[in-house]
Amino acid sequence: MSHSKEKDNLLTIRGLRIEGKSGDHWNEIVHGVDLDLKRGEVLGLIGESGAGKSTIGLAAMGFTRDGCRISGGAIDFDGIDLVHATQKVRRGLRGHRIAYVAQSAAASFNPAHRLIDQYCESPIVHGVMSREQAETDAIDLYRRLHLPNPEEIGFRYPHQVSGGQLQRAMTAMAMASKPDLIIFDEPTTALDVTTQIEVLSAIRDVVRDFHTAAIYITHDLAVVAQMADRVKVLLKGEEVEEADTRSMLDDPKEDYTKSLWAVRSFHAEAKADISTQSTPVVSVSHVSAAYGKVPVLHDVSFDIHKGRTVAVVGESGSGKSTTARVITGLLAASDGEVRFNGHVMPTSYKQRSKDQLRQAQMIYQMADTALNPKQTIGEIIGRPVQFYLGLRGKARLERVRALLDEIELEPDLYINRLPSELSGGQKQRIGIARALAAEPEFIICDEVTSALDQLVAEGILKLLNKVQKDFGLAYMFITHDLATVRAIADEVVVMQHGKVVEAGPKDAMFTPPHHAYTDLLLSSIPEMDPDWLDKLLKQRGEA
Amino acid sequence: MKLLKTAPVSAWFGMIVILFYVVLMLFAPILAPFGETEIVAYEFEPWSETYLLGTDNLGRDMLSRLIYAARNTMGVALITTFLAFTVGGFMGLLAATLGGWVDQIFSRSIDVLMAIPSLIFALLLLTIFGTSLGNLIVVIALLDATRVYRLTRAVAMTIVVMDYVEAARLRGEGLLWQIRKEILPNIMAPLVAEFGLRFCFVFLMISALSFLGLGIQPPTADWGSMVRDNASLITFGDITPLLPAGAIALLTVAVNFVVDWMLHQSSGLKE
Repeated sequence: MSHSKEKDNLLTIRGLRIEGKSGDHWNEIVHGVDLDLKRGEVLGLIGESGAGKSTIGLAAMGFTRDGCRISGGAIDFDGIDLVHATQKVRRGLRGHRIAYVAQSAAASFNPAHRLIDQYCESPIVHGVMSREQAETDAIDLYRRLHLPNPEEIGFRYPHQVSGGQLQRAMTAMAMASKPDLIIFDEPTTALDVTTQIEVLSAIRDVVRDFHTAAIYITHDLAVVAQMADRVKVLLKGEEVEEADTRSMLDDPKEDYTKSLWAVRSFHAEAKADISTQSTPVVSVSHVSAAYGKVPVLHDVSFDIHKGRTVAVVGESGSGKSTTARVITGLLAASDGEVRFNGHVMPTSYKQRSKDQLRQAQMIYQMADTALNPKQTIGEIIGRPVQFYLGLRGKARLERVRALLDEIELEPDLYINRLPSELSGGQKQRIGIARALAAEPEFIICDEVTSALDQLVAEGILKLLNKVQKDFGLAYMFITHDLATVRAIADEVVVMQHGKVVEAGPKDAMFTPPHHAYTDLLLSSIPEMDPDWLDKLLKQRGEA
Repeated sequence: MKLLKTAPVSAWFGMIVILFYVVLMLFAPILAPFGETEIVAYEFEPWSETYLLGTDNLGRDMLSRLIYAARNTMGVALITTFLAFTVGGFMGLLAATLGGWVDQIFSRSIDVLMAIPSLIFALLLLTIFGTSLGNLIVVIALLDATRVYRLTRAVAMTIVVMDYVEAARLRGEGLLWQIRKEILPNIMAPLVAEFGLRFCFVFLMISALSFLGLGIQPPTADWGSMVRDNASLITFGDITPLLPAGAIALLTVAVNFVVDWMLHQSSGLKE
């Protein structure tokens, strides 16, 4: 590292070590990471959860979370030593010269104050500008971030604007004092793909216009490809490699990086086109439903055949999960009917027979809340075995062990563990085993991979694909992630505002022409091409 | 067992004191030098070698009565607390699991009961139904069940919305199975802590009622009425009447130390 290069740096981190307290002793969670950032440059930090991305991002502000401490290394921000600086110096920098944009804007805004009041707070506290000047600036920034009605949107409360708008308002807030460095911590992870585009392009434009340096933390490679000049890959608190975005995408050096890149290549093999004339396992016909007086589903119809996967996609609030609740009988349909193998099901699960309940099983998004923390794995999987199949004692145990084998977890190791002793991916596997234990014909997978890291999610998709083949299961796959749809679906149902917008075989859905909404949804999925966002915005501008 | 090693000094102190009381309770006839209601000497004998803590207003041995009172007061409090938890806890679980009109009927009736100050309500009920030991237990248990109901319902509500309870419902599990296997194990920690706390309240309530003459009836020894019976001695500068009060205070403090520790543990274990 030449001296002149370091002189150009806005931020230089050398050998950063951070420890976290667990119980009585300190564990090192970041093991000596170096980082260089020049003025106006955007650095992408990527890695799985637990890689230390956010911890390093916060350390760049000289901050550590409660229970963590910087145990070694140096952090130099424009000549200021952040490790040894006094609390007062550091506080003076934060929100003034270094700003932070958190993942959940909804949780980061104070719901009791208007957006513009929260915007003005930091520049006034730091004595950068007067209230009037701050307000004028805010409106200018709101305009630059493509917020609708920039003159008046600031006078609304956080709950009166949408999630994507709130995230942009938060970015505006971070820009308020014209900082030299902004840290973006997964700013678009909680957003739908269509909203994500707006936020990404807004953030990118404003960072370029103000020549602000940024650290962009994300686990989504396609997003980092759009935003960053350079990418640093992290694994378990250590750097794997760092390179320019383009060369990193085209030619990753390390195996770990390659495996990250390869995740998106998983595809279930196409299934033979089984006759659609046969009776579908599950048939939803003309279903409408409402929560109280608010209608949420309008005339929803689709069929799911044996051995097939139907992906139901759409933004949050489009009625995907509500459809699942109607199928399982948790929510009674106000109109229309649900049939299993041609038999009309009672609208409430309470009126369904044990055998009807057994036919349809569910796998949940959050494995944490889907498994009872006080029951062992053996009890969790054993209960449906005993309840539906009447197996007891040794027969039940044998069945549980076979199921654990099926989900690729060593029975002897896991059967007596509690859910808290498993990783996220393993918990999700137990959720799958519990569904399989009922020997169902149909499984609803509700966003089963969205809470998992990409590598782990891929493993779950492969497992689901395997058990589908083994048992000839029909899947209803609820997701907002179109990469998952590409990987596993046979047919796709696109939903918007509680209606089915378009439905058909996957290949037809991914080849134009589309319904306008499907088109919007599909084109909004970030691709691993650094020019993708530019091309798309240009295309949409012309249209 | 592992947990015991990490217990703080206060919790250890609490556990030792409680253990001491339990021993007194179990072996009262062996430990006490004289009988519970036996008149052994003149009234208000001073502390001596025969009567270690002197005698009371009727000439009964103070130490023996203190030991027997541990058995009576604590025994009644324990039964009452159990009863309160069985009734209140079960109703709370039902209300949380079933929801709807069951919840409405239970909650509103309990609101009505809770609107009346509990000591006054207890005095009223005991005056109407008479002051037998059975009535005392039932009345206090019912009053305390309202508090237990509120807590159980609140903590059970947070569990009922979990996906694993929904999974059990969709499996077709019966109500009792849902309560026993899915909900109860997950709310045990706050309930056990509440049990300790409730026990103290019940115990104080019994002592207060006894002091007012409506609690455990003479000649049965109990700490509340012992304070009242010997209160006149205080004017002579004798601390003997304060001993039963001290016994009450010590147990209350000890139970609270243990409960504090348990609450801390259960909040730390929440994931």
